[in-house]
Parts: sequence; structure tokens; C-alpha cells
Amino acid sequence: MKSLQKIDIAARDLSEEVHDANFIGAKMKSERRYAALERDYADPDKLRETAGLIKQHTLENLDTYLEKAEAALQRNGAKVHFAVDDERAKQVVLDIMNEHGCKSMVKSKSMLTEEIHLLDFLEKNGKEVVETDLGEFILQIDHDHPSHIVTPIVHKNRRGIAKSFEREGLGDYNDDPETITRRARKFLRQKYLDADVGLTGANFVSAESGRIALVTNEGNARFCMAANKVHIAIVGIEKLVPSDRELGVFLNLIGRSGTGQQLTVYNQFIGGPKSAGQPHGPEHMHVIFVDNRRSEVLASDCREILRCIRCGACLNVCPVYRQSGGHAYRSVYPGPVGAVLSPLLAGNRFPELADLPKASSLCGACNEVCPVNIPIPDLLLRLRDKAKREKAGDAMKGTPDLTMWAVLCSQPTMWKTALKMGHTMNYIPTEMIPHPSAMSWQSQRKLPKFEGGKFRKWFKNHKSN
Amino acid sequence: MTTCLCDAFYADVAQASVEVLEYLGCDIELPDGQTCCGQPAFNAGDWASARKVLRSALKTFPGDKPIVVPSGSCAAMVFHGALLAFEKETDLPEVKALGGRTWELVDFIVHGLGITEWPGKLDAKLTFHRSCHLRGSESPQAISTLLASIEGLEVLPIDEVEQCCGFGGTFAVAFPNVSKSMGELKVENLTKPEPDIVAAADMGCMMHFGGMMDKKGIETKRMHIAQVLRDSLKNAGKI
Ligand code: SF4
Repeated sequence: MKSLQKIDIAARDLSEEVHDANFIGAKMKSERRYAALERDYADPDKLRETAGLIKQHTLENLDTYLEKAEAALQRNGAKVHFAVDDERAKQVVLDIMNEHGCKSMVKSKSMLTEEIHLLDFLEKNGKEVVETDLGEFILQIDHDHPSHIVTPIVHKNRRGIAKSFEREGLGDYNDDPETITRRARKFLRQKYLDADVGLTGANFVSAESGRIALVTNEGNARFCMAANKVHIAIVGIEKLVPSDRELGVFLNLIGRSGTGQQLTVYNQFIGGPKSAGQPHGPEHMHVIFVDNRRSEVLASDCREILRCIRCGACLNVCPVYRQSGGHAYRSVYPGPVGAVLSPLLAGNRFPELADLPKASSLCGACNEVCPVNIPIPDLLLRLRDKAKREKAGDAMKGTPDLTMWAVLCSQPTMWKTALKMGHTMNYIPTEMIPHPSAMSWQSQRKLPKFEGGKFRKWFKNHKSN
Repeated sequence: MTTCLCDAFYADVAQASVEVLEYLGCDIELPDGQTCCGQPAFNAGDWASARKVLRSALKTFPGDKPIVVPSGSCAAMVFHGALLAFEKETDLPEVKALGGRTWELVDFIVHGLGITEWPGKLDAKLTFHRSCHLRGSESPQAISTLLASIEGLEVLPIDEVEQCCGFGGTFAVAFPNVSKSMGELKVENLTKPEPDIVAAADMGCMMHFGGMMDKKGIETKRMHIAQVLRDSLKNAGKI
């Protein structure tokens, strides 16, 4: 049907196997999240609210905190760069590599590098880049994209992965998960040793101390820095928290919210490059703060989305994500967070993604689980309003025009007449109404019997008795 | 506030709400000019139309009496959604005041009137769909409290209680495949414990998943929470 929305088509066309993998993974993570928070906290909602307030406060004073962070990082011996957009960010990374004469990079997982397409850029410029997060590594050899921000290959199965490993010369076909992991480990160990620069993201940056907090479950971020002389941390400007003290709140929430872990396995705090007081680690540390339209989002009426700590809980609980999978969102950030963030970060390509905010029944489950209490449904609604006003893209596709309905609803006399006339609806075989919205309704559900005006009549008699 | 769905399709739900409130001693008025809360347009992104409808509601419900709505989503539209839609409008204070005295039915009974026990009787097993617009409000807990106190009534727990039924107004029309899958899951979860009654506090949800049950030939009785409360009073000889 022409009027179908892209996400609905993607959900319809999703193979059963991928659907089930997404669905079961998401449901399991939601259940674990709930169990972990309920078990450990008397009032998890209070914690979420507190975390939301801390982040909101940081965002509202972002200029001050960025200055503070810059000063602290410099005190620690790091070099700080600011990149206004994706092009600039990529160029800065390349320049740093060239400055230090680096040829090959090992990197840990970072959604921001996906957002700015760093890998392609560096490869085009003659650099070797290896993803070291197992999931991201598999995506890299398959030229695929993450479908989830925490579990990027939830859409894949081990048979496919075994085939990819075989193709890449990592051993004969073997789909035993342990074998796959061992082979990846062996391959990656050598890469860690050969590389001359390690790139990481940052989960949080303490403005006060300049400390960068990184969480991983594989320990690969640490390996990325172990044998290299240069460390680059690429960071969205929204990743700041005021001081080390607040890290406790967020580190407790991020693991529990995303995967139901009390703490992510590796929590790393980077206080600067190698120095007298810090005998280990790379000699050079570069931190790149990337804006890439974040300040535009900050100035918009959807700024709360910048509180996001990328835990993935909203994806896992979202019934639309569960049915359609992450790739349906056609952007780096899928699910409820993506439905808000992706169109906002798209700039003048907003119309291309203006349909995403429509892909929600506004059930509010995302808000209920979000560790920083982002009112995602409100933000989706604001973007729907924007899309409608700007007549952007496919946003209104499949949605009946409600202008006439609004006129009817603001004219009580007309409304009452319509209610009375509505009785005739019971005599029309509604399956035959040639309106796409009526047809899709009728194909799956029966309409209730029309009884317009009946209650009002009852009430009148009831009152006069 | 009757809600447009009850006005057009579910007369008995509106009637049950009146009977329940009258039993509690309330004097009910039914402003004749009422139509809808504006939610369909608001959710569709057509905020200009939503404001038009809400302005009509402003005229229809003057004064300071509480406005009681037998639907969580319509109530939430008035006390929450409307504030977003009127953020930049000069009549925001009026809209705020309207929202401030708008209640979901059971929330009003429990937290407005202070009733925590329901003197009804209903020999049945029931599953309850916690409609999404009740999230974050006092209603779910209010509903559990009242249902738990009805003699003979057993409320059966369901799987994935937090999941949406897939209605979402125009969402169900624009995303028929996703909506259908969501609805099927909800119907399965609601009927798996083999209840006598499937109940909800919002006729929007019920129209969607109930319509699906009809299409599938599932005959389990469906009741709005107002009907459960009213019928249990009747059984106990209270009305
Ligand atoms: S929006 Fe909230 S729940 Fe979703 S990924 Fe971000 S922090 Fe997690």
C-alpha cells in the first residue's frame, strides 16, 4: 500500500529470524534492567530523576563546563580540540595521526565515530583502522552497520558470523561462539601490538578533574591504549558531567539500565597521558570535543535529548523497535532515542527522517526506563508538530487529515448532528470504505457498533426522573 | 467529559461512570457542547487543529468544578498534552487551569474523593490492561486498590504489563503492521491466564485490541473499569 510508513514496511519485511533475535534480546534486557534496579534501589525512579537533573544542569551550563573541562584536561597534559562538524572532526583525527606519523589505528566502540563515518574517511586517506569491540569488528568485516547502540550485532546470528570469519581467512567454518571469540581475540591481539594510535570514545567526562570515564564489557578500550604512543578520545560535547562525584550516579545507572549489570565489567578512568605520576599509558593524549549540531539541538525545544547516556534501555522496551529492529530507523541512533535525535542531527536533511517521530504509539515506556528521565514522547510530539508545520517529507503519510474533524469538534451543533447521522454507519459495510486508513483498520479489527447520542439521551431522561 | 469515543460508540461506559459517581454522592453535569479533547490531532502532529478543539472545550467547561473523564488518555491530553500544544499561546493559563481540575475517573474516586475500598461484589477472574497514558499517574495504583477490594474478584497478573497494545490513535492507521503485531501480543498476554473479563481504563485501547479479539473470534467479555465498578455495586445490591 502506498500510504505505508517506511518503518512499517521494514517491520513487515523483516525476516522472522531477525525479528525474533531483536525481540528476544530486547525483552531479556528489559527484564534484567528492571530486576537489577528494583533489587538494588528502594526508589529507582528517584535515582533516574536525579541523574536527569544533573545532566540537564550540565547542559544548561555547557559553556562553563566545557571551559572547565578544557582547562582540566590541559592541566592533565592532554591536548584539547574542538570540532564544529563531522568534516572538521574527521580532519582533526587525520591531522593528529599525521602529526605523530601514525599509520594504523585500533579503536573501541563509539557511536560518534559511526555518526561522522570516521572509518571510511581514514581508510580513504590511507590509514588502517580496526574495530576491536567484537560486535563492531564483525560489522566492519561485513561492511554492515550497528542495529542497536549497545549490542550492535543483535540482528546477526553465529552461522553468518562463522561464514564471515571463514571468508576473511580467520579459520575454517566453525559457528561455536567460543571458537569465534577466540579467533577474534587472536587476530585482534596482534593488531593491538601493531597499531600506533588508539581511539576511544568517552562515556562521561568530568569537567572538574578532566577525567574520562569509559565503560566496556570486553576490556578492549584498555587494550587500545596499552601499546600505543597516542590516544585520541573523541567526545560529543554533551558527555560532560560537573565533577567526579556525579560519576557514581551514572556508572551505577548505565550498566543496570542497558544490560541489567550492576556495573559494566571494565570501568576505566583516564587522567591524562603518561607522566611522572602516571607511568603507564600513551605518551600523547588528544581529546576532540565534537559539536556536529549538538548546539543547535541545545537551542531547540528538544534539548532534553542531549541528556542521553546511550544505555539502550529505551530501545529494548520500545514495542516499535521490538517489531521493526534497529535498521528500520535508517540512521546511527535507532529506537526512541534515535527517533528524536536522528532527525535533529540531520540538519537540513530533517525531511528525510521526519517520519521517525511518527513511529511511536506514544506509549511512554521509553520515558519510564530512561536513566536520565528524558520525556521522549513529548519530544516526539514536538517533532511531529515541526514536521507537520514544515510539511517535511513523509511524516504525514498514512495519517488521515484531521482538519475537517477539528472543525466538526469545535462546532457542538454540528458534532451532535453528526453523532445522530452516524447511525447510518451501521448499515454501511465498512469493509468497503475506499479509504486507506479505514481499510487497514478493517483488515485487522472490527469496528464497534455505532451508538451516537445514546448516552446523551439516557442522561437527559435520567436527570428528569 | 464523556469522550468522543463513548459519545459515538460506548454509551454504557459513560453511563456506568455517571452511575458510579452518583453512587458516591456526586452531582453530575453533562455540558451539552462537549465534543473531543483534541488528542487525535495532537498526536498526529496537527497542533493547530488540536488547539481549535481544546479552545472549544475551554468554552464548554467554564468554572472550577472537577472534570472527570473515563479515559486515561483523554485526561492526560487535557492535563499534560494541552500544555505542550499551548506552550507559546496567550491562553496557556486558562488551559493550565482546565488541566488542573481534570481527572481520570478512578484517580478521582481514590485520590479526589478518598475512597480506597469498593463495596462491590463480582465473582470473576479479570485481567487488566494498564493503558499507557496512565503511566506516571496515580491511576494504575488507584485502580489496583479498588479492584483488590471487590469481593469475589480475582485480578490475574499478565506478562509484559508495561507493553503498549499498539493503538496510539492514528499510529494504528499509519503503521498497521507494527500495530497489529503489538495488538496480537497484547491480546495473547491478556487472554493467556484465561480470565472471565478483560478490563481497561481507556476505550481507545479497547476499541483496538477488542476489535482484534472480535476478528479472531475470542469471546472473553470486555469491560471498562467503570462498568466493573458499577456492575459490582449492582451485584452487591448497592444500587
Ligand atoms: S534516551 Fe535514555 S533510555 Fe534511551 S539510550 Fe538514551 S539514556 Fe538510555
